[in-house]
Amino acid sequence: MTNDLIHATAAELAAKIHSGEVTSVEVTQAHLDRIAETDGKVNAFLHVDTQGALAQARRVDEAVKAGEQVSPLAGVPLALKDVMTTEGVPTTVGSKILEGWLPPYDATVTRKLKEAGVVILGKTNMDEFAMGSSTENSAYGPTHNPWDLDRIPGGSGGGSSAALAALQAPLAIGTDTGGSIRQPGAVTGTVGVKPTYGGVSRYGLVAFSSSLDQAGPCARTVLDAALLHEVIAGYDHMDSTSINAPVPPVVAAAREGLSGDLSGLRIGVVTQFSGEGYQQGVLRSFEAAVSQLKELGAEIADVSCPSFDYALPAYYLIAPSECSSNLARFDAMRYGLRVGDDGTRSTEEVMSLTREAGFGPEVKRRIMIGTYALSSGYYDAYYGSAQKVRTLITQDFAKAFENFDVLISPTTPTTAFKIGERANDPMAMYKADLCTIPANLAGTPAMSVPSGLSDEDGLPVGLQIMAPALQDHRMYRVAAAYEAARGAFGGPSL
Amino acid sequence: MPSISRDEVAHLAKLARLAVTEDELDLFAGQLDVILQSVASVGDIATADIPPTSHAVPLTNVFREDVVRPSLGQQQALSGAPEAEDGRFRVPRILGEEA
Repeated sequence: MTNDLIHATAAELAAKIHSGEVTSVEVTQAHLDRIAETDGKVNAFLHVDTQGALAQARRVDEAVKAGEQVSPLAGVPLALKDVMTTEGVPTTVGSKILEGWLPPYDATVTRKLKEAGVVILGKTNMDEFAMGSSTENSAYGPTHNPWDLDRIPGGSGGGSSAALAALQAPLAIGTDTGGSIRQPGAVTGTVGVKPTYGGVSRYGLVAFSSSLDQAGPCARTVLDAALLHEVIAGYDHMDSTSINAPVPPVVAAAREGLSGDLSGLRIGVVTQFSGEGYQQGVLRSFEAAVSQLKELGAEIADVSCPSFDYALPAYYLIAPSECSSNLARFDAMRYGLRVGDDGTRSTEEVMSLTREAGFGPEVKRRIMIGTYALSSGYYDAYYGSAQKVRTLITQDFAKAFENFDVLISPTTPTTAFKIGERANDPMAMYKADLCTIPANLAGTPAMSVPSGLSDEDGLPVGLQIMAPALQDHRMYRVAAAYEAARGAFGGPSL
Repeated sequence: MPSISRDEVAHLAKLARLAVTEDELDLFAGQLDVILQSVASVGDIATADIPPTSHAVPLTNVFREDVVRPSLGQQQALSGAPEAEDGRFRVPRILGEEA
C-alpha cells in the first residue's frame, strides 16, 4: 500500500483521495515515512513540517468526507523550495544568515498551495540564495542525487528535484533564475517548468535576481506539473511584475498532448546547443528524442540563434548585479543573523561582520562581481553591454518563433557530475546552465522533460522545450506527447 | 579589460559590506579575475546601436486605490529582529561618540 502511494502520480493520488479510496492522511504519512527512511542519504529537506502537513491532510479529508467540492490537487503532498516564505515555518534560503528565522507571512505561492488544499511536507535544500548549479552551495550540506548518491542533484533547486526522484513527494516547487528548475529536473529524471516571467507571483520569493527569478512546478509527469502550474499561476497585485492575463491552459494542453499527435507542429532545434563540451550520451539521447517527435508528426528543422553564445556571460553580469542590490537588505538590523554587536562597534562594522559570517563564498563572489559591474567606469562595459546582449537574445527568440512553434535543445550539456568535481572552478560550474539561461533573459517559458538515460553512464538526460511568452501550453502539449511516446525509463534504487 | 587586483577586491568588499579575511582576498582576487575576463566577451557584440533591455516584460507603474489594507502588526514586524526595544528595532550606534 505505502509502496503504491509513493509511486503514484499526483493526478492518481488526487483521484483516490477525492473518491475516498484513501485518505490524505494516509498519503501524507506514507511520504513522511519515505522521507524518514531515505533523507539521511539524500538530504533533500532542510525542514520537515510533520504537524503542519498532517493538519492540512486532516482538513482535506474532512472536506471530502463532508462531500465538499475540493480543488484538483487537494490532499496531495508537495515539497516546497526553501526560498518561499512560510508563515511560522523556517525559511533559510540555504543560508546561515536566515538560520532560525520564522517568516511573519506566506509567499503568494505558499498561500495558493494552502488554499488549494495541497499538503506542504516541508522545505527543500538549495544552493544558498539560489546561486549555484549543484546544491553544494547550501550552508546545510549538499543534497545527493538519488540516481547516484556521489553525484549532484543539480541546482539551485536540487532538494526539490531529488525529493521527486526519491519518491519523497509527487510534487515540488522550484524557482528558476538561470535554470534552477530545469537543470535539476534534467539530472534527476524529473519534469521541471519555468513559466513565462510574471506568470507566477514573486511575492514572498526571497529575491536573487528580480528580473529573472520565476517560480514554477516540478513533478514526475507532465500532467502533474500542469496541474500544479494552474494552482500557483495567476495575477497578483503584490508583485508589480505579475502579468495581468489569463493563465495559459496548460492542463488542457497536457491532456491533448497525451493523444500523441503533433501533426503540423513546427519544432526548431537550436544549433548553438551542441558540439564541444556536450557529452555524447546526452547528444544521442537528444537525437533519439528528435526522431520520436518526428514520428509523432512534428516538422523539425535546425534554427540558429547566434546571440545565445553570449547568454552565459550576459547572465553572469546581470544576475550578480541584481543580487548585489537585492542582498543589501541583509543588513543585520531587522531580521536574520547579527554578529559582533558588543556595544563598541558601529552599525557599518556589525553589518560587515554579519554578512561575512552569514554568506557563503559563492554569494560573496556574486555580490562582489555585481558591485564591480555596476561601479562607475565599468558600468557601460559590463552591465550595459550585458543588457544589450539581452536585447539580441530576445530578438533571436522572436525571429526563431516566426518559423517555429517551439524550440528544443538538451537541457544540460552533461549528466549529473560528481559532488566536489566543479566546486573550486566557478566557470566550470556556471556552464551547467548554458542551455537554460536564454529563456530567463528573454522572459520566455521553458521546461525540461526526461529523455531517458544516457547510454554512457545510465544517468538521466533532459529534453528542453521552449515556447514564446504566454504560450506555456504549447510546450506542455509537446512534452506530454513526447513523454507518452518515450515510455517509462525506470527510477533510482534507494 | 583591466585585471582585478587584491586591493580592488578589498575595495569591493568594503563597498559591499563584507569583512572578508586575508585568505579570502587571495582566493577571490584570482576567481573574480577569471570570471570577469570570461564575461567581458559581452562587449564583442554589444554595439552602440543596440538598445539595452533591463527587463523582459515592459514595466509600467502599477497604481492602486489608496485604501487601508491588512498588514503586519508591530509585534509581527519585530518578530525576527536580532534585537528590539520599546516596540522598535534596536540597532548599534550609527553616530560617533562626539555626536
